[in-house]
Amino acid sequence: MKILVTVKRVPDPNATIKVKPDGTGIVTDNLKYVVNPFDEIGIEEALRLKDKGGGAEVILVSIGAKTASEQLRTGLAMGADRAILVLAEGELDSLAVARILHKLTTDEKADLVLMGKQAIDDDANQTGQMLAALLGWPQATFASKAESLESDAEKQGIPGIVVEGGKSAKVVREVDGGLETLQLPFPAVVTVDLRLNTPRYASLPGIMKARKKEMKEIPVDSLGIDVKPKLKILKLDPPAKRQAGRKVGSVQELVQVLHNEVKVI
Amino acid sequence: MGNVLVFAEHQHHKLPKTTLIAIAAGKDAAAKAGGDCYGVVCGKGVDDLANELAEYGVKKVFVLDDAALEHYTADAHAAALAQLIKDKGIEIFVGTATAVGKDLLPRVAALLNSGMAGEVLAFNADGTMQRPMYAGNAIATVSIEGAPKVVSVRVTAFDAASKGTKGEVEKVAANIDSAAKTTKFVEFNEVKSDRPVLTEARIVVSGGRALKSGENFKTVLEPLVDAMGAAMGASRAAVDAGFVPNDLQVGQTGKVVAPQLYIAVGISGAIQHLAGMKDSKVIVAINKDEEAPIFQVSDYGLVADLFKAVPEMVEEVKKLKA
Repeated sequence: MKILVTVKRVPDPNATIKVKPDGTGIVTDNLKYVVNPFDEIGIEEALRLKDKGGGAEVILVSIGAKTASEQLRTGLAMGADRAILVLAEGELDSLAVARILHKLTTDEKADLVLMGKQAIDDDANQTGQMLAALLGWPQATFASKAESLESDAEKQGIPGIVVEGGKSAKVVREVDGGLETLQLPFPAVVTVDLRLNTPRYASLPGIMKARKKEMKEIPVDSLGIDVKPKLKILKLDPPAKRQAGRKVGSVQELVQVLHNEVKVI
Repeated sequence: MGNVLVFAEHQHHKLPKTTLIAIAAGKDAAAKAGGDCYGVVCGKGVDDLANELAEYGVKKVFVLDDAALEHYTADAHAAALAQLIKDKGIEIFVGTATAVGKDLLPRVAALLNSGMAGEVLAFNADGTMQRPMYAGNAIATVSIEGAPKVVSVRVTAFDAASKGTKGEVEKVAANIDSAAKTTKFVEFNEVKSDRPVLTEARIVVSGGRALKSGENFKTVLEPLVDAMGAAMGASRAAVDAGFVPNDLQVGQTGKVVAPQLYIAVGISGAIQHLAGMKDSKVIVAINKDEEAPIFQVSDYGLVADLFKAVPEMVEEVKKLKA
């Protein structure tokens, strides 16, 4: 089985994001970049399927500037087999990214594409669904698992996605009101949610090995794909600021305030 | 003419409030695009829902009635909807950023070769839209080139539609190619609750890691939730630890809520959590760490041990209501 996993370079989720005064973007000075946390979960799941789900080749894909090679190296150090970096400098929307992935997925003859359900920078939550549509493949978004992250199954590193004879997969999804289970025939696209697994850290030998693993660079222009964005970001503004209110001295005071002043209870 | 089509999600054979919010957003978009607002209901045996939806001042409700649409899956729904949007010359397709909307709308967009804006907060008069990025730390003004355009709206940013002139109902053949539906629904493990729906509740009481266990959620937090007639929410840390079901997570990647009153109990206030609740009208934080970032967005803060303060609060609220 061949598994393609997407890896996006995004600002550290713990960083404070500030909008530039001219509204053209965010302030990137001293900003640390990491693997999109959802993509990290995707990499972990692919590695578990490789180790405990009947074997697989795990191929990482990133699209962006040359600097994204750092995030691909992180994924290779976790244990992925090889990586592809599509070099693209301009701004891409989700549909353009899905088109690029469509081409790569077809060229690589992947059986399964694993992606984070959203990237924590643009918060779009679209690319996996769009890729599935372009490929004409079934999709399962927001993949989770029935057991909690504190369960024995999780401690044993058992994959949440259940591959059935290399032909199909059962996926538990986080939806409104509970957990839904779908069965998808391969090939398929699965986007992953927070509770699918806890990603491993790269080991020192893993980091050493990663240096020698293949990382192929492909200029986006060579793919012959229209990547002109349909969704255009015209400007950014900081959100309305909330003022910190006041501290109350006791539970009695709090309840009285909510009752008499705010009139919510 | 910029006609708008709104996807009417239904659950348990009912139109939830979120669907009426989508209708209100769709009407707003149609007014600004100089067109009419239409609705579409997908499923099997859903004529009554279409008739009910038609009462909310939409021009017409299309019914895609087909066995392949009986149980929602993205592949069949997207194929049928993309065809309808093409056939009817729709300019903007609108849905909500609910779990179904997030799953479905991008798939429809790609089938139409369309751009999509997600979690839209407002439609501007010039055709641009506002949407959050970076966990709500930036509000982007965006435009979509070409048509049709696909938009999911954030349900806390619009009021629900009220009843208006009754529109028509038109049945449309779905003609779903069997190759377009390969996903099989296996089961749905529903988290049953008699409490208000998290995204619709007037009051939300959320608990964090400081509650320490699922048992404490039951014995300490739930009495407050119920005394206040509130919905219960949780921080990611509490959900990850398995204290409460996933469905209760409030935050950037969970549910976004904006109730009249939000009470954060034992939640420190990570950026990702704030992204899901900072538009609440009044925010109250109870936390024993007076440096917790949650206090920076709270209207009223109480620095206290939750295990002492919460039971006291239950008594005070009960006294008030007695």
